[in-house]
Amino acid sequence: MNRILHGRLTGLAVLGAIIAVLPVFLTNNFYLDVAILAGFNAVVCVGLNLLIGYAGQISLGHAGFFGIGAYASGVLVGVYGWPPIAALLAGALFVGALAFAVAKPILRLKGHYLAMATLGIGIIVSIVLRTESGLTGGPDGMMVEPFKLFGVELYGEKVWYWVVGVLLFVVVWLSLNLIDSPMGRALRAVHGSEVAAEVVGVDTARFKVMVFVLSAVFASVAGSLFAHYAGLITPAKADFFKSIELVTMVVFGGMASTFGAVVGAVVLTLLPQALTVFQDYQQIVLGAILMATMVFMPKGLLPTLAGLLPSRRRA
Amino acid sequence: MLAELLQYLLSGLTIGAIYALAGLGFSIIYNASHVINFAQGEFIMIGGMASATLTASGVPLPLAILIGCGGAMLVGVAVAKFAVERARKASTVTLIIITIGASIFLRGVAELVWGKDFKRLDAFSGETPIQLFGASLQPQSLWVMGCAGVLIVAIGLFFNKTLTGKAMLATSHNRLAAQLVGIDVKRVVLASFALSAALGAVGGAVVAPITFSYTEMGIMLGLKGFTAAVLGGLGHGPGAVAGGLIVGVAEALGAGYLSSAYKDAVAFVIILAVLLFMPNGLFGKRGTERV
Repeated sequence: MNRILHGRLTGLAVLGAIIAVLPVFLTNNFYLDVAILAGFNAVVCVGLNLLIGYAGQISLGHAGFFGIGAYASGVLVGVYGWPPIAALLAGALFVGALAFAVAKPILRLKGHYLAMATLGIGIIVSIVLRTESGLTGGPDGMMVEPFKLFGVELYGEKVWYWVVGVLLFVVVWLSLNLIDSPMGRALRAVHGSEVAAEVVGVDTARFKVMVFVLSAVFASVAGSLFAHYAGLITPAKADFFKSIELVTMVVFGGMASTFGAVVGAVVLTLLPQALTVFQDYQQIVLGAILMATMVFMPKGLLPTLAGLLPSRRRA
Repeated sequence: MLAELLQYLLSGLTIGAIYALAGLGFSIIYNASHVINFAQGEFIMIGGMASATLTASGVPLPLAILIGCGGAMLVGVAVAKFAVERARKASTVTLIIITIGASIFLRGVAELVWGKDFKRLDAFSGETPIQLFGASLQPQSLWVMGCAGVLIVAIGLFFNKTLTGKAMLATSHNRLAAQLVGIDVKRVVLASFALSAALGAVGGAVVAPITFSYTEMGIMLGLKGFTAAVLGGLGHGPGAVAGGLIVGVAEALGAGYLSSAYKDAVAFVIILAVLLFMPNGLFGKRGTERV
């Protein structure tokens, strides 16, 4: 228990320190922009990791929730003149309700059927966003107004860096608390053996639904803030490939590891920037990296690296 | 009125035949290895692109289709041998990511080899539509439905009448027991990938004159194939075929009577509805879980 608490606090402290020190090295707005995008992805991935890594359920439609959050902010603020924070909350509430409504029946399904159902939801959301061009601007996307709260407008990469940094820190802190709570233990039991968990009295369906709703809401909030930051959103942010990208980040970084999810999000956000030097070979390299990581490090990057280090636990 | 309905049914059955082939491919691989192969759509793409580009450079059509088919089979075996089999003990999620990685990789290679533009393949026997009770039917649609029908029957015979097919079925029922009676289960997995790749590639070649070929043609076809497989009950061959035809027809009817913009959403709306009420698909057996 002491060790868990200790590890958790060290991890949080390290994350906080990195977020605090990083701007010193991010000398121009391009670097800051990449860091902010990585931060947004990390927020979604930490939530998704709760679902994939701890509840053992896969979602191939999380970009759909991100997209609903983003377009809720874009449409409600831009077209209907809502205050941004109200639009953000409305988006999160809607996504939460939607996730709850579909989760109850769908999370009874196992393995591939759940993947199929979430895939379907994601694709339907992205088709709706593409088609209802009167509200959403269609495939070209729509402009989003800046985020204003109590008359203060959030503007510029430097300000947004801190917004995303604080958001990520809070989300990681929440997730770590959740994992160490009775609910977290129940979740791990669900992942280990659902039948066994049920036999010892864990209400598995309820826990899975809660985690699914929570991870969807994280994605929606990240989507809303991203929309205000970027100022322009397109349906591509909500499509199947974005969902795959998110799952890949979680699995690449390390399932069932909150910090792994953060690392995966950061590395895979940076990767395409680095891969631009390969130009025509970009997709080939990306595909090869995905396959190679999964074949040679099926546990993901962080747990594999941690396994290489001499274990402190034995000491 | 009736002619209109018939028209939609015909175009639905045509594209549904391709979904059925893709769905069958998903089921065959799932049965042999419990892997959902998200690169199934890329097999279709390889078939379509190879036959379009080879015929354009003077290779006779049947030979071009054969080469595309062989190429796709090699690729399928390579994916199975170098990626899937090596990660045998990995979790479901990991295996899904591997096949998604393979599909991205294959699309990248295809773009490099064939370029990004649309390739045209002439219809196999002209483009004079056949009039049928007021509806018009492209001769190529007959090719699609005919080829798919022949392949589906051949697959059925293969699994039920030949020793290799029975060995593959046995492996899908119980991998360990199959191994104990001397079936080389690793080769069964390789064979299942080769078989699915061949199905996909032929499907891609016959549908290419209708849809054009391009490197991203396999994405939606593959996902709809997955829908077909799940709709029919994952791992249930005849179910996948029925699922493919249902999805194709529903899509054509939806596009005709409701909204063509939402055509691609139809398959996914159906699958959500079916999963909510019949979690194991239309024909799938209700599963029990081993602890």
